[in-house]
Amino acid sequence: MTIADHDMSSTAVESATTESRRARFLRRFRRQGWAIGALVFLVIVAISAIFAPWVAPHDPLSQSLTDSFAGPGSEYWLGADRLGRDTLSRLIFGARYSLLAAAQAVLVATVLGVPIGVIAGLARGKIDAVASLVADAVLSIPAIVLALAIIGVLRPNLTNAMIAIGIVYAPRLFRVVRSAAISVREETYIDAARASGVGMLTIARTHVIPNVLSPLLVQISLALGFAVLAEAGISFLGLGVQPPDASWGVILGQGTVKLEEQPLLILFPGAAILLTVLAFNVLGDGLNDSLGREIRRE
Amino acid sequence: MLRLAARRLLKVIPLLLLVSFISFGLLNLVPGDPAVQIAGEFATEEQIEDIRAGLGLDRPWPVRYASWLGDAVRGDFGVSLFSKVSVATQIWDRLPATLSLIGLSLAISALIGVPAGTFAGWREGTVLDRFLTMGTTVGVAVPVFVAAPVLILIFGIKLDWLPATGYVPITANPIDWARSLMLPAIALALTGAAEIARQTRAGVIDVKKQDFVRTAHANGLATWQVLGKHTLKNAMIPVITVIGLQIGRLFGLSVLIEQIFNIPGLGSRLIAAVFENDVPFIQGTVLILGTVIVLVNAAVDISYGYFNPRVRAAA
Repeated sequence: MTIADHDMSSTAVESATTESRRARFLRRFRRQGWAIGALVFLVIVAISAIFAPWVAPHDPLSQSLTDSFAGPGSEYWLGADRLGRDTLSRLIFGARYSLLAAAQAVLVATVLGVPIGVIAGLARGKIDAVASLVADAVLSIPAIVLALAIIGVLRPNLTNAMIAIGIVYAPRLFRVVRSAAISVREETYIDAARASGVGMLTIARTHVIPNVLSPLLVQISLALGFAVLAEAGISFLGLGVQPPDASWGVILGQGTVKLEEQPLLILFPGAAILLTVLAFNVLGDGLNDSLGREIRRE
Repeated sequence: MLRLAARRLLKVIPLLLLVSFISFGLLNLVPGDPAVQIAGEFATEEQIEDIRAGLGLDRPWPVRYASWLGDAVRGDFGVSLFSKVSVATQIWDRLPATLSLIGLSLAISALIGVPAGTFAGWREGTVLDRFLTMGTTVGVAVPVFVAAPVLILIFGIKLDWLPATGYVPITANPIDWARSLMLPAIALALTGAAEIARQTRAGVIDVKKQDFVRTAHANGLATWQVLGKHTLKNAMIPVITVIGLQIGRLFGLSVLIEQIFNIPGLGSRLIAAVFENDVPFIQGTVLILGTVIVLVNAAVDISYGYFNPRVRAAA
């Protein structure tokens, strides 16, 4: 048997196992009714955000003072705010900011947390000790306080807010990836690969990263929920998205000011935030249960 | 027990040093020349130099870190950039409101969470259990900045039972103090209550299946006696766990709560500092809260040893 033959057969075996893994995942996931519902909900929210100009019944910025604090009706399905802006249209456009911001924050967290986690888990020793200690120290500072501190130093705007949330969440991703990397490292086939002279980088790429992907997928779903919530909180305080642009947090914050005149102005953005965060959490739990027993939520 | 405590406390030192380094390092995140950035667009050359000297930016950073940490250990966190008021004084002035808010909300969490979890666990699988479990799932997810306005609207405005916003110091009038903190503490307590209920439920279900509980039943003890004697005795453990897990979160969420309810605590001052770019205050707050949480976590770990002899034996 030539070397080329050997390589081909090993790739074939590998793709067969991933295929069966995928089949097992799909079979399990199909039974997770709540998780599927959550996924469908999130897809609907994402699609209406992307096609907002076509989906929204009104221009989210067009004012009509005669419709100030209008209740829900045929013209404004979810009512209108003080300036007579349509709440439904504002929420649909707001989803763009909320979801995009959450994705940015999770991207920052992934870029920071995942490579360091893989390296620390594979290398162990001093590198791991230092990285873990730094992660513990960052986790000791309340997430919102650290995020606010970073925003305060960088100046308040949406990009800086998302960088801050990403930094705050990175140690959580680091921990999950690190422990997944450690458990892979203990496998005998890693020893075999190292004994036969395969470099660390290649081991990380071919063995560790594929095994880290499933717990990472679960964590990313949970992280998106966290980021939607954090963005809403920060924009609610006026430190994120700046008006007239409006994320759900901004809309909620503006509604809170006019609480007495029209309570519905907090109900709908509040529900949008709550349902989206819940959906990401339920989806994360569903993925977790479908991806195998060895993966646990932190 | 002492050995456990000593070993745990030893781990605290490097962690505290790193927390201090993060707080210090925040200044280096300021883009460009910190003094120019912080002074703002319309600052004079003199003001910029003033800020530069105030932050000690004319010296190399290891020297600055050493002197900053030395001052911080002695309780001196510098002065706020524009008001020139001592950061330490501001933090001590504002800490009582924040601590009373967090303390009261923990008490409310336990008062709601322990009975709810006990009922759900004892009546596992019934409609009541499912109702409570669903309530806790949703309860964990309700953001405080949604719960707080709803509470204000219902109890502060429509029913007018409690003051909607504002804060009365305990020294001024203890009853008004409790009334002014009630709504914010409830808003802050929801997540903790749900978490405690979940933990208590799991604990009760676990204990309920033990042989000694069946024996107690067989010996003719009434349900409430079995509950009280054997299961609730362990109820402190989930409460402590939640304190350990959530103390950081409570400090974080109290920032939002203080802002919404207009409470003059550390959190609302921090938000003002963020708007003002008041870096020394931000650094001092991060350092103080990080330190408090590192110490609380150590205390929680040590108290596990006290409440659970098995942990003690394992150390």
